[in-house]
Amino acid sequence: MAFPKFSGYLRENGRVGVRNHVIILPVDDLSNAAAEAVANNIKGTLALPHPYGRLQFGADLELHFRTLIGTGTNPNVAAVVVIGIEPGWTQRVVDGIAASGKPVQGFAIELNGDINTIASASRTAQKYVQWATELRRTEHPLEALWVSTKCGESDTTSGCGANPTVGNTFDKLYDNGNTLLFGETSEITGGENIVAARARTPEIGEKFLKTWNAYNDFIVANKTNDLSESQPTKGNIAGGLTTIEEKALGNIQKIGKRCKVDGVLEPAETPTGKGLWFMDSSSAAAEMVTLAAAGGFAVHLFPTGQGNVIGNPILPVLKITANPRTVRTMGEHIDHDVSGLLQRELTLDQAGDQLIDLIVRTANGRFTAAEALGHREFVLTKLYRSA
Amino acid sequence: MIHFVVHSPNDSTGVVVVEGVQAGQELTGWVMDSDALVTVRAVHDIPIGHKLALADIQPGDTIIKYGHDIGRAVAPIGRGEHLHVHNVKTKRW
Repeated sequence: MAFPKFSGYLRENGRVGVRNHVIILPVDDLSNAAAEAVANNIKGTLALPHPYGRLQFGADLELHFRTLIGTGTNPNVAAVVVIGIEPGWTQRVVDGIAASGKPVQGFAIELNGDINTIASASRTAQKYVQWATELRRTEHPLEALWVSTKCGESDTTSGCGANPTVGNTFDKLYDNGNTLLFGETSEITGGENIVAARARTPEIGEKFLKTWNAYNDFIVANKTNDLSESQPTKGNIAGGLTTIEEKALGNIQKIGKRCKVDGVLEPAETPTGKGLWFMDSSSAAAEMVTLAAAGGFAVHLFPTGQGNVIGNPILPVLKITANPRTVRTMGEHIDHDVSGLLQRELTLDQAGDQLIDLIVRTANGRFTAAEALGHREFVLTKLYRSA
Repeated sequence: MIHFVVHSPNDSTGVVVVEGVQAGQELTGWVMDSDALVTVRAVHDIPIGHKLALADIQPGDTIIKYGHDIGRAVAPIGRGEHLHVHNVKTKRW
């Protein structure tokens, strides 16, 4: 099947983005106020406030930097203003983003104060916006589009309809040579051997199981009950999901029937080639989608059952549901209604083709429901307590 | 009208996909993998998205869905009864 091309922004590092954001990125919680002030001064910029970045250490600190640098490097971002309390870590984030070749400048608040920092950063942000708004979209083959997936507020209809729709789309994009992502480590529990058996090589399968086992050991060490109401969540249970195994078997419908798992990534790590990648990640919606954006993905597919409303500041999030009640009660959040699958009014192949059409229209610039509704959840994953 | 769907022919349970299923109602189910139709009488009111048992199940029995193990019964469950967290538990965690 020949897929249509899409119009995107070719970035300095060869990646193609589908949005053209100028972001104001705080290194730490203390710099949120200045970042938000700059975004308020300069129209067309977007601040990404978050609660972390102080006294983190070890793998947790590395993940913090990897997430911020990955977010700035994402091809949906044209240029970045970085603001931190002190110049050292600020420059580390600037240098990481600068490796992509895109415009980036850092500002430190110490010895300047908020007001002078806001003034200097605003002048740079204005230049970036005026430059970025002159960039034009160009045509690219669909395989240049990196597509991630993660589901949320799942119910049993997710496993019957919405997730298999994403799976059908993933199978087709995989054959087309796209770069694809899934994750949600704890939510594979009950289907871990099925995923391992889909690995391209035995080594990749072993790496996947090692990652899954490490997360499972962490849960077993910290749990105070059988995780009822956490995994599955209260929303999952209200929607009819009974056990983690049932949830997991529904979850992995998203990787289709033909895709192989071509690699295993650390949280926020960027894939090094095409194919389907597994990223070690939380199953919490905003955390996982934030990590997918930091990994460089340009469009996200988000199947839901009961109706998760999540969005992301830089990554368009498309919602797919097969639950007719969710379509009826919260239709403004739903981009693709596949409830017809459960009445045999629609085939899986048709639902998957419609989703590819919607992906292309979204890539070309059409706002997702989450974008139109202003959902911009930017949630950093924290591995453990700060020092 | 499809009232519930079943993933695999050997599954112990099906998913209600319409609103308003009531006790005593004769339900039509679609087995997706084999494209077969089955009928079951609902014993309880069952909300959309919730499951019903397709056979009589004893405590300790493994529950099969998608052709795979999704947990164990902790109470007897009759054909057509509501199958959920009150009578089925995870084997993990």
